[in-house]
Amino acid sequence: MLHIKCPHCGLRSQNEFSYGGDATVKRPELNKEVSDQDWDNFVYLRKSPRGKHLELWQHISGCRQWIKVERDTLTHEIFTTLKANEEI
Amino acid sequence: MSENFRLDRGGLINRNKKISFTFNGKQYFGYEGDTLASALLANGVHLIGRSFKYHRPRGFFGAGVDEPYAIVQMNRNNEVDPNVRATEQELFEGLEAKSVNCWPNVNFDIGAINNFLGKFFPAGFYYKTFMWPKSFWYKVYEPIIRKAAGFGTASIKHDKERYEHKYEYCDLLITGSGPSGLASAYAAAQNGAKVILAEDKSRFGGSLLTSEVTIGNQSGQEWAEKIISELKSMPNVVVKNRSQVFGYYDHNMLVMSERISDHLPKTEKYSPKQRLWYIRAKEVIISSGSIERPLVFGNNDTPGVMLSSAAKEYLKIYGVLVGKKPLVFTNNDSGYETAIEFKKNGIDPIVLDTRKNSNSEIIKEAKDLNINIKSSYVVVAAKGYKKVNSADIAKISDDKKNISNIENIKCDCICVSGFWTPTIHLASQSGNKTKFNKEIDAFIPSQSKQKETTLGSANGIFTLEETLKTSFEKGNELSKQITNKENKVSVPSVVEKKSSNHDKFWCVPLPEGKNYKRFLDFQNDVAVSDIQLALREGYRSIEHVKRYTTLGMATDQGKTSNLNGLQLVSDIENKVVPQVGHTTFRPPYSPVSIGAIVGREIGKHSKPTRKSPMHYWHEKNNAVFVDAGVWLRPRYYKQGNENLFEASKREAKNVRQNVGVCDVTTLGKIDIKGPDAAELLNRVYTNAWLKLPVGKARYGVMLREDGIVMDDGTTTRISENHYHMTTTTAQAANVLSHLEYYLQLVWPELNVNVVSSTEQWAGAAIAGPKSRDVLQKLFPDLNVSNEGLPFMGYMEGNLFGVNARIFRISFSGELAYEVNVESGNGNFMWEKIIELGKEFAIQPYGTEALSTLRIEMGHVAGSELDGRTIPYDNGLDGLISKKKDFIGKRSLYKKAFIAKDRQRVVGVVPIDKKTSIPEGSYLVRDANLKLPNPKLGHISASCWSVEYNNPFSLAILKDGKNMIGKKLFALSPLKNKSIPVEIVSSHYVDPKGERVRS
Repeated sequence: MLHIKCPHCGLRSQNEFSYGGDATVKRPELNKEVSDQDWDNFVYLRKSPRGKHLELWQHISGCRQWIKVERDTLTHEIFTTLKANEEI
Repeated sequence: MSENFRLDRGGLINRNKKISFTFNGKQYFGYEGDTLASALLANGVHLIGRSFKYHRPRGFFGAGVDEPYAIVQMNRNNEVDPNVRATEQELFEGLEAKSVNCWPNVNFDIGAINNFLGKFFPAGFYYKTFMWPKSFWYKVYEPIIRKAAGFGTASIKHDKERYEHKYEYCDLLITGSGPSGLASAYAAAQNGAKVILAEDKSRFGGSLLTSEVTIGNQSGQEWAEKIISELKSMPNVVVKNRSQVFGYYDHNMLVMSERISDHLPKTEKYSPKQRLWYIRAKEVIISSGSIERPLVFGNNDTPGVMLSSAAKEYLKIYGVLVGKKPLVFTNNDSGYETAIEFKKNGIDPIVLDTRKNSNSEIIKEAKDLNINIKSSYVVVAAKGYKKVNSADIAKISDDKKNISNIENIKCDCICVSGFWTPTIHLASQSGNKTKFNKEIDAFIPSQSKQKETTLGSANGIFTLEETLKTSFEKGNELSKQITNKENKVSVPSVVEKKSSNHDKFWCVPLPEGKNYKRFLDFQNDVAVSDIQLALREGYRSIEHVKRYTTLGMATDQGKTSNLNGLQLVSDIENKVVPQVGHTTFRPPYSPVSIGAIVGREIGKHSKPTRKSPMHYWHEKNNAVFVDAGVWLRPRYYKQGNENLFEASKREAKNVRQNVGVCDVTTLGKIDIKGPDAAELLNRVYTNAWLKLPVGKARYGVMLREDGIVMDDGTTTRISENHYHMTTTTAQAANVLSHLEYYLQLVWPELNVNVVSSTEQWAGAAIAGPKSRDVLQKLFPDLNVSNEGLPFMGYMEGNLFGVNARIFRISFSGELAYEVNVESGNGNFMWEKIIELGKEFAIQPYGTEALSTLRIEMGHVAGSELDGRTIPYDNGLDGLISKKKDFIGKRSLYKKAFIAKDRQRVVGVVPIDKKTSIPEGSYLVRDANLKLPNPKLGHISASCWSVEYNNPFSLAILKDGKNMIGKKLFALSPLKNKSIPVEIVSSHYVDPKGERVRS
């Protein structure tokens, strides 16, 4: 079980969080023309890297904040955690 | 039966307390402090079970967690416990155990014929033999194999025992209370660190309990006792026996199973049987010791052949002789220690040492005691079927390739020692890159991935002096970094006997003309010949060899077999062991009962149970409940001898004719506040929200980004910047997370707050043509006329002193209202509604009637919004705004989603107007086609229409829009039904929606 440092609450066990996928995906802006390809990439296509991955987690059983976690998908090492509005 | 093999004195057992127990129906006696194994051995019982594949007689091989054979079925307090290791099970009064894997009994086992058919049962036998005909596998082969193989029998009854989980945090977790564990725990505790010291046995001390050493001026055992009692008295130390740390997971999370009651005749009141600890440790010290390595020779599985360390442990801890004519077969000095113990207790052992010349303090002591020592000697084969009665021994050449001078000598046990294997399982599980240490011919931990340190013999250090020195140091150093305190203790002086090098020899060659089975893996019956066969057949990777032969795959996970298997593979392949590598160690280190893993999350505790504030009213009024997510909801209220069908029909009919009331507390509710709340709703829902006036509700549908409907519900504008959103019961949590996701990550510029208020409000839906009359009675001062409170209107009222929110919304399709009050007032509201509704013939209705009402109205719900449908499919395309963008809108332009013959919700009526259509049935054009009959759609929900008094269903049907009036068939192969049906509009009752506006 991972030990994730919530930037708002501190170190907490993984079972307080839920996983939210790739944190680098940007939603296309509202009311803007989006090509089929770009939309499909946004909705469906995700990289599955072996190594560093910036991902979203929500502290659902805690402060309910969505946070960013930089984690190694191979070793599970967590390098850094960020608030939703922070960039790496 | 008398205890012929118990010494008159010695051991750590309590000779004042005699204990009776039964094994295979026969009564025996032992003492308090015995294990089942030691007590049986004291009674001369060596035959304990039959082996896995060949059903060969098996006895005891070890004295603890490494035991591969002695697995028994326990009966404790009328509960069955399968696969208990007799070497770990402590004796208690009335213990009942029996052998496993034998039929009809352990002395006469029919399966033993496999032993004589042995040449037909080589590695991979099952894969090769039971392949044809293919259809035979499930019906014929597998059931027979399953009956013949396997160990204990699990109970099919519910386990009445209680198991608990516990979460704990500590600075240092120390696994094992041998010298390294005790020293490091003591040093760390002195520095104020929070320490957990776990020992899997009942006694603390590990090897100190059986070794002849002096620490300071005390014996090893006395020193261990002193340290443990000091540790126990310290508030920052938790000391646990009978506790096995079996798994090392990510981020220094370890799991330990504590056997609290297994050693007692029955579990004490208020105490669990076992407790699973989830421990998050800042640092872990692995002091798990080492396990003696077997030597491989002919028939080395015969009862009476066992590890020399086990024989010593039975002698020193339990005062039990494993034999009276022992043969000790060793490649190192450890065997001599066992021989010396025998000699000291008046038994004459013979030592066979594979080494030519060796000299050490231990060997000198053995020689001084006049022990018969034969150098360059090996055991070729054990003789005897159910028990060793002699051994063929031989001289071995210097190059260890040839044996000569074979002779048979009498003996009643053979104690083997092939040196020591560090227990590196936990270190390996943690991700440690282990390395092969040529000096000890075994793997030891090397490069750590997590915060762990392995000490003592688990790290390949076999002298006590070095172990204590490094352990005191490490315990001090690691704890100091955490506590920033240092209170260093001095390392005590040690007196121990020096030993000489072991012999790099483990597998005795076969004599000419003999094909004795030489076992590597004792539990899974993997012999040298199986490994040779696997390699001949081209298996090279050790992982493949393992899976093909099942080497190291049994419940003991190869604790005694791994290294001998690797050594053999490297010898045959002309490689060195590190080139072959070892297989991956995975948790659990030793078997953990399923009960402990499940813990308290069983039965009704497997998920939380949520009850509405009106729950007890429902109970009192004969409600039959149904699980709705984690909620308990009334399904129907039983009157007299009614069944579900009759009751729900009555309730639904009463709504259509008079008025009914339904508990809708379970609906998800989200409170939304902020100046940008309308903008958020406008982006989340498919329809327009910017112009919703205060005091009005609106129905909305929200999508996922992929265009699939996520949820629906009504949202009401309470005041300028305050909205009350409802979600379906099932999606409440997901919708909240969904909103938080967009507010926090995608549109942080929106000034809105959302919070769940599901539990804050109790809700009652009052529905039916007379609902307005009831509402007027509840709120006599309010104008609740169609003009005062129109459809989709909202007002606040005072319900006899209680603040209430009134929404004119309808799920049933009738004129209806939902009244919300604070949860604490829910029951008050409910009783008022029932009381004042009496004169209008009000009846409560449950979820079954609720479903009937919504189905015949064609209102879609969870069974249509099933995560596979878009708005069009549900007839909700009218709610899609063309003018604005919203979540998931772009996806609706995908080719498949705009196809002309896209699936759509329709109504389905059986032609005979009698036959109910099972939910899940397929709609097909021709009922007589061969399966798989092309599917046009499926029945999503079925009910008995109370309006028309015939069955009615909803379906999601391909090209549903153009199918109205068509005749199809509903097929249910599961229920063997084929029903001719007609497709009709999904709005079966009141298609114009006049009632809700009346």
